[in-house]
Amino acid sequence: MVNIIVEISKYLMIVLITMYTYHCFSIFGYYDPFDQKRILRKQNALMFMIHIVAFMVMYLQKDDMKILAFYVIQTILFAATILLYQILYPQSSRLVVNNMCMLLCIGMIILARLNYEKAVKQYLIAAGAVAISMAVPVIIRKFKKLSEWRNLYAVAGIASLAIVVVVGRVSYGAKLGFTIGGISIQPSELVKIIFVFFVASSFKMSLEFRNIVITTALAAFHVLILVVSKDLGAALIIFVVYLAMLYVATHQFLYVAAGVGAGSAASVAAYYLFNHVRTRVIVWKDPFAAYDNGGYQVAQSLFAIGTGGWFGMGLFQGMPDSIPVADEDFIFSAIAEELGLIFALCMILICVSCYVMFLNIAMQLHNMFYKMVALGLGTCYIFQAFLNIGGVTKFIPSTGVTLPLVSYGGSSLLSTLIMFAIIQGLYIVREDEEEDIERRKKERLRAKRSRQAYEESYGKRRNDMERAPRGRQKR
Amino acid sequence: MTWRERRAAGKRDRKRAREKRVRNKEFARVTYIFVALFLGMMGYIVQFQVVKSQDLIQSPYNARKDAYAERVVRGDILDKNGVVLATTRVDADGSETREYPYGNMFAHVIGYSDHGKAGLESKMNFEMLTSNAFFLIKLKDEFQDQKNRGDSIVTTLDLNLQQAAYHALGDFKGAVVVIEPSTGKILAMVSKPDFDPNALEANWGYLNSSEDSELLNRATQGQYAPGSTFKVVTALEYMRENPAYMDYGYNCSGVIEQDGVAIHCYGGNVHGQVSFADSMAYSCNTSFCSIGLALDAERFRSTAKEVLFDSKLPSDLPYSQSKFMLNAASVNGEKMMTAMGQGQTQVSPYHMALIASAVANGGTLMRPYLVDSITNYSGQEVEKNLPKEYKNLMTAEEAAQLKQYMEGVVDYGTASVLSGQNYTAAGKTGTAEYSSDKEKDHSWFIGMTNVDNPDLAISVIIESADGAAKAVNVAKQVFDAYY
Repeated sequence: MVNIIVEISKYLMIVLITMYTYHCFSIFGYYDPFDQKRILRKQNALMFMIHIVAFMVMYLQKDDMKILAFYVIQTILFAATILLYQILYPQSSRLVVNNMCMLLCIGMIILARLNYEKAVKQYLIAAGAVAISMAVPVIIRKFKKLSEWRNLYAVAGIASLAIVVVVGRVSYGAKLGFTIGGISIQPSELVKIIFVFFVASSFKMSLEFRNIVITTALAAFHVLILVVSKDLGAALIIFVVYLAMLYVATHQFLYVAAGVGAGSAASVAAYYLFNHVRTRVIVWKDPFAAYDNGGYQVAQSLFAIGTGGWFGMGLFQGMPDSIPVADEDFIFSAIAEELGLIFALCMILICVSCYVMFLNIAMQLHNMFYKMVALGLGTCYIFQAFLNIGGVTKFIPSTGVTLPLVSYGGSSLLSTLIMFAIIQGLYIVREDEEEDIERRKKERLRAKRSRQAYEESYGKRRNDMERAPRGRQKR
Repeated sequence: MTWRERRAAGKRDRKRAREKRVRNKEFARVTYIFVALFLGMMGYIVQFQVVKSQDLIQSPYNARKDAYAERVVRGDILDKNGVVLATTRVDADGSETREYPYGNMFAHVIGYSDHGKAGLESKMNFEMLTSNAFFLIKLKDEFQDQKNRGDSIVTTLDLNLQQAAYHALGDFKGAVVVIEPSTGKILAMVSKPDFDPNALEANWGYLNSSEDSELLNRATQGQYAPGSTFKVVTALEYMRENPAYMDYGYNCSGVIEQDGVAIHCYGGNVHGQVSFADSMAYSCNTSFCSIGLALDAERFRSTAKEVLFDSKLPSDLPYSQSKFMLNAASVNGEKMMTAMGQGQTQVSPYHMALIASAVANGGTLMRPYLVDSITNYSGQEVEKNLPKEYKNLMTAEEAAQLKQYMEGVVDYGTASVLSGQNYTAAGKTGTAEYSSDKEKDHSWFIGMTNVDNPDLAISVIIESADGAAKAVNVAKQVFDAYY
């Protein structure tokens, strides 16, 4: 009996997430804010439906009240996040908020299935991180001097990475972090954000050749430290983010070509220098030949995806436990195995939808610093998702990065939520930008003149002008 | 505001809009790049799922296959007429036992499903653990908390022929493969020594340390020197290089010597003046050595490749690839040895059956297969395998000519034991030396019955046969059982 419900729920969740994903993109076809709002509300409903179906299925199979209680507190978190953003930041992008909650929701479902204790821990971190990130848009809006602290960003970034190298502990062959008071911290996660601010402020300062050389050297230094501490994923992300920002800031494709060339040369060198790198390439070429030599991770991941098929095995019906670190790096495979490849592909499209939205925000901004920050953080997010999913599907060699918002891991979750919040903050400040202020000043001046001329008959109009909504249409 | 100011303001606005577009061009490009990257990755994942995943998940490393067994009772394996070759007995307490009614007889081809999996039990694992029972019955099972019944595998194997081949081999080590040339259906596949899949648990330790390698399927994985059966391939190459092969003549003195290597005809025979057909019929070693010396090694190599040496074979079961080592640098001794099927050439009985089958079927090898259809537990067909052409190993003319020579072998040559039956036959015998002990050789036979429209193609090897046991006699017993 339960099997039938599991079976039906599997297809139901696929239909629901397909509809959700469709709306992520269909919304760009609507210009009427009312229509957009309707779609965004529909997305919320779809997400809560997926959430309740998944937890109901898990409850039926495990018959454990804990799961129901956990479901309820999660619902509160998601509802609160959506509502608080609407109330505190009515100008924020609701599509980004929806996607953020959807990805968190998928992560909570699969984590609750894999490891209840870890799921609860993840929930607490998520709740804390959402609370912290709520303050970020205010900070972005208030601190107008963010773009002038270039040196501070550089020092903070390099210093925290250097600390890891010195006092870092080794996990899975890479020195990823250290522990303070029982809380493990992976600085490389937060350094990515600081790095983006550093590059954006540096390019805002000057785009002269001399400054570009200095910035590049400092960026290369970041990458070098990360390579030395064997965090190849983070090194690659910082490298790609820098290239994207350099290209957009200078409009010079030549720089990108030079960067890619240098990067390729460095990769070849790394291949010969580090065993760690070589193993990953060998595993990527043929995980079955190197099965006992690190290949079992990718092999098990491919088995999970292949066995799950398009529609998945159903929650608690597969064997995602046989994939090592299924709750972190290999969470995509666990999702594909139990919820189906269609579901997993929809999740990829939701990630892409976030990125398109981030770059859309970057394009709407006028201030070069803010534009660069949005671009850098967005690229940081999407490239990490690419490295993760590409790695577990054997599209590219595995680099050991997490899937942002979905994978288990406190630092990753916190830094990603802060990233999303910063971009939301930028989306809000776009209204306050200088040029707009100037334009409005002029408008006000014009209005003042006309008021002087027609003060008697159109006295009421002034009030209307001031009350008029400031927002442009939002998505 | 004067009109001058307004015009200037308008200009400024237009300029600003233009600048914004230009400034955003790079942002759009970066977006496109990443979206393209993701679409590429999604395309790869879809391709993986559609093309690669089915083969990949069969890997023995994938423990997931067994998870199905918790929901489904493993299906049966049947012969072509529906005789049960493997089934799962479910006891009243729900415990399951896999049973093989014919024990050792089908040990290698059917395989086993405990202690890892082998044979069809491994190849068709997923299908047998998938239930295509009528959905109402599945629903009923679910409600009663009973397992669904897995699908059955209807093989192409013929119990009658398998039995004949199994008994004909007797206590010798060796293998027999019988194929229906016009369809590629594998009708029998025997390998000895064998084991009892019903008693695997008790014998597992012994089987894994045994020097006789009972677990090895010699039919597909055994590697033997082909002996004189390889003369079929040498003859094919000679015909290709010498369109006037009909005029071939050789005077056999019982021995041929070249560069210090002396080769004798089998059993000390002296064949005297022989034609090309006689050389085949009598299996005259000296004649074939002389042919071998005249052949172009590189062209020989490519002909060998065309009949699937050093190539992948179409096979449902694991197999060993055959080897043909001759090349332009080979010395004369090597050329002579290779031409008569000794030397470094290595082949499996299965591969020789494929060559015999292609000759029988006008040069066209049909894709050989073991699974005729998949049915649900009540016998309703779910999937049917149909015969498909695999490859033309030679032209129809070449096949017809080789067939004629192989008929000569039966009519007046080394396989005359097959003549005068109520069926016609053709074939080629072989004796492969494998050690310095001249008394014990491998005995080979490849051939076909009902020559004009062949019913069966066969390949037989008997390891270390003493003079009395001959592969051709095993073939005869199989043919007799068929007619």
